[in-house]
Amino acid sequence: MRHLIDITDLSVEEIDELIATAEDIIENPVKYQDVAAHKQLATLFFEPSTRTRLSFESAMLGLGGSVLGFSSAASSSTAKGETVTDTVRTVSCYADIIAMRHPKEGAPFAASQRSQVPIINAGDGGHNHPTQTLTDLLTIHRERGSLNDFTIGFCGDLKFGRTVHSLVNALSRYTGIHFIFISPEELKMPNYINESLQKKGLPYEETESLEEAMPKLDVLYMTRVQKERFFNEADYIRLKDTYVLDPAKLTTAKKDMCILHPLPRVNEIAVSVDDDPRARYFEQVRNGKFIRMALIMKLLDLKA
Amino acid sequence: MNIDSVQNGIVLDHIKAGACMQIYKYLKLDQLDCQVAIIKNAKSSKMGKKDIIKIDSPIDIDLDVLGYIDPDITVDIIKDGHLVEKKHLALPQKLVNVIHCKNPRCITTDEKQLDAIFLLSDPEKRTYRCAYCEAERKSHR
Ligand SMILES: [Zn+2]
Repeated sequence: MRHLIDITDLSVEEIDELIATAEDIIENPVKYQDVAAHKQLATLFFEPSTRTRLSFESAMLGLGGSVLGFSSAASSSTAKGETVTDTVRTVSCYADIIAMRHPKEGAPFAASQRSQVPIINAGDGGHNHPTQTLTDLLTIHRERGSLNDFTIGFCGDLKFGRTVHSLVNALSRYTGIHFIFISPEELKMPNYINESLQKKGLPYEETESLEEAMPKLDVLYMTRVQKERFFNEADYIRLKDTYVLDPAKLTTAKKDMCILHPLPRVNEIAVSVDDDPRARYFEQVRNGKFIRMALIMKLLDLKA
Repeated sequence: MNIDSVQNGIVLDHIKAGACMQIYKYLKLDQLDCQVAIIKNAKSSKMGKKDIIKIDSPIDIDLDVLGYIDPDITVDIIKDGHLVEKKHLALPQKLVNVIHCKNPRCITTDEKQLDAIFLLSDPEKRTYRCAYCEAERKSHR
């Protein structure tokens, strides 16, 4: 039995297979509409995240399966003091597969140690969120036709952004990728990420200027710059607009660049960018459903 | 007890000077009934000063714990007054319930019944990561 706790639980070959399956689902959804008939997905959300939960549920329903679960700790037995392992063991008596979100880091790993059914980590605190990474990889693959040989810029909060760390980690297993890390000094990429790139001999550069990096980029991955990450209000106000993407900043960008964002956004991408053909973040949301369909099929060993 | 003549037991040699009490604690030697000798600051040609622990009983010791604390310690097994085996330690790949995670956001700090599992992440730097949250811990030396 396989679980997905961390993106590196999957080999590059397995990720490529998932992407191929997802792309086939997009082409031929009817072929897949009953593959999970009579199977049940439990969504155990110990912390609310409506968009992630809906994506999982929509994926399972798209495969002809059904869903059950809860959407916050208050409505689950954790409120009565039950441990994560016990909750998951109980639910694994009803469901065939579990997608779990939890505010504590490592909770899905703890659950996977005792579960009778596959566990998918749907986010554990600020730690991992592997299905977001798969979504990002599928989106880049669909936009570019390949996961090799391109320049990707990550912009915003690179210090605390788990989606960024996980995507860099996943991309570092492909070839010919050039990384550009765009952030204020306070929110730079942690050292251990840079060191792991150095160890693998992968080129990266760091800059504080989005304008300077823009013309080089094939992919621009935007993230939120959150107010609570700053020591003082003045720094936040000084920096927040520097990392807001608007049509003016896009004038020097490549015509075929694609803009991604894990969503939800606050103000870091101006709404006026949404109509630009390079804005792909809503497409990214759609891709999230398809890659989760492919993942559920893989973990349940279902074939179309 | 003549500390030079353990008859049937174990001698932990080449302990970094000053580290013997920590090992005493980790190996729970205080719970033993047999004679235990702790020698501090013994002269050593290799290390200058070293600590030694002699245990006059053929107990099972957790070599993983010892390897984690200091892989340079040697473990001499004594039988009938003779050295029968010299064990060299290595940093263990996996530590279960030896050290605990200090990350307040980690599930193991909430749910104490979970095994504390650490995996060797960088043998050169002697660092371990929590299997749950990946928080880093360095080996003592
Ligand atoms: Zn931990």
